[in-house]
Amino acid sequence: MFDLATHIALTTRKLTLAYDSEAIINSLDLAIPAGKITVLVGPNGCGKSTLIKGLGRLLKPKGGTVYLDSASIFSLPTKVVAKKLGLLPQGPTAPEGLTVRELVAQGRYPHQNWLQQWSEEDEHHVEAALAITELKDLATRPIDSLSGGQRQRAWIAMTLAQNTQILLLDEPTTFLDLAHQIEVLDLLYDLNQREGRTIVMVLHDLNQACRYGDYLIAMKEGQVYAQGVPQEVMTEPLVRDVFGLDCRIVNDPVAGTPLCIPIGRKVAVQ
Amino acid sequence: MFLLLLCFMASIALGVADIGPDDILQAFTQPDGSTEHLIIRTVRVPRSITALLVGAAVAVAGAIMQGLTRNPLADPGILGINAGAALAVVMAVFWLNAASLSVYAGFALVGAAIAAVTVYGLGSLGRGGLTPLNLTIAGAALTALVSSLTTAILILSQRTLEEIRFWLAGSVAGRDMDLVVQALPYLTLGLGIGLLMGKQLTTLSLGESIAQGLGQKTAWVKGVAAASVVLLAGGSVAIAGPIGFIGLIVPHIVRFWAGADYRWILPYSAIVGAILLLLADILARLIIQPQELPVGIVMPLLGAPFFIYLTRSKIKR
Repeated sequence: MFDLATHIALTTRKLTLAYDSEAIINSLDLAIPAGKITVLVGPNGCGKSTLIKGLGRLLKPKGGTVYLDSASIFSLPTKVVAKKLGLLPQGPTAPEGLTVRELVAQGRYPHQNWLQQWSEEDEHHVEAALAITELKDLATRPIDSLSGGQRQRAWIAMTLAQNTQILLLDEPTTFLDLAHQIEVLDLLYDLNQREGRTIVMVLHDLNQACRYGDYLIAMKEGQVYAQGVPQEVMTEPLVRDVFGLDCRIVNDPVAGTPLCIPIGRKVAVQ
Repeated sequence: MFLLLLCFMASIALGVADIGPDDILQAFTQPDGSTEHLIIRTVRVPRSITALLVGAAVAVAGAIMQGLTRNPLADPGILGINAGAALAVVMAVFWLNAASLSVYAGFALVGAAIAAVTVYGLGSLGRGGLTPLNLTIAGAALTALVSSLTTAILILSQRTLEEIRFWLAGSVAGRDMDLVVQALPYLTLGLGIGLLMGKQLTTLSLGESIAQGLGQKTAWVKGVAAASVVLLAGGSVAIAGPIGFIGLIVPHIVRFWAGADYRWILPYSAIVGAILLLLADILARLIIQPQELPVGIVMPLLGAPFFIYLTRSKIKR
């Protein structure tokens, strides 16, 4: 666990999440540290995406709740939550013809109302989001004409324009090639470092999770199997138990963080 | 806007009976009771107003549906809303034994609403939930079922009401102003609500999770937008019968210059929809002179090729 001085951004208390009657997550207690990058890892179907949806109040819990600044996220007005917490679901698609700037401007939605449609502050945050994601030159291009990495940056820019302290991202690197994956992760790292934003994301690549995560949460069958700094969490027994995979953990020669090398049948037989 | 005015004037001037521009002006400034003036005041003007209103209403309904369902093929015709409204009117006319269409705007609305809920429900049941494909299939199935019921009632009743048959093909001709005035509140209310929903629809068109994440109350937005679709589609069916394809084509035409923002798509759809239906109705009058076709039959001639183009290019997977 992190020490007591660490601030908590989000807390779950006995959180139970279910689709229809089938519980995916059962009575989960969890604390997300503020100002850190927390990465959720686990096999397919372990409830990572469901947890992200629950944390982002997109899925009403069957029991328990999520606390944001000591108030239950489900009792706060949804626009108030949207000013504090941004969320990017898995594989979002933009309508045809929507430009980068139009998409990013949508991030200002929670800050507007019927009377105040577009303010200088809105403009400022949209420009800043375009600048930090290096999309200024592409601002007038339709989203569907961009590469996968640029597209994902545009969606992240939208959540940045929302100007929230907390960002929840479900597999922000899926469907991207390795260079674009690193591009997106570096962007998120910069945001965390420069602006102290709290980032919670789901990643499939364990090595990237160890490299970029300050804090790792390994999930199995809707429960937290282990949590803590990557060096403590990412062990050979954990990977075997959680993923059912034999592996060797070595030190990443570049970053020094844990590096998981699967053994697999080809080597095992020899 | 100017183009709309031009089409409106042309619609008044052109037809089986040739009437010069001087006569049109005179018909209003100094009506002399001549046949030409009578045609203009009792036939051409109501007809043109009907085409204008219905074209705008159906196009906006189509644009809202496309944003609401994130489905480029959405349109009151294809998703069965028109068919539902038509069946309700036909049932009302034959079983409640009234000879006139004019009292049945209410039934058209109810029919449209039931059809909308049914298609939405059916579309959600399919594998993978409410995908464009599931929704289109549900709409097509409902349209087929409801249309055959409508036909069955028309055959079984053995009463050939000329008015009903012509109306069912979709026509803006022969509408007296009473009928138009009767449906006017529904259409203006529907248009008003619809146009106000532009900003919300743009946000919703990013996907439900994104919109909810941004703090939108999506259930509320969907409900209000769906209500305006029912008002627009039901109201237009009550006046002009089911007119397909306008709601499908117009939003796509408009997107060429209005982009993907529904604050622009919706008002432009209203204008272009009105222009297109006026033009189609002029064509319907001139194509087989001296007879006339219902505009509902001319529209698919333009719309069907466009529909095939859309299914090939816009639906991914």
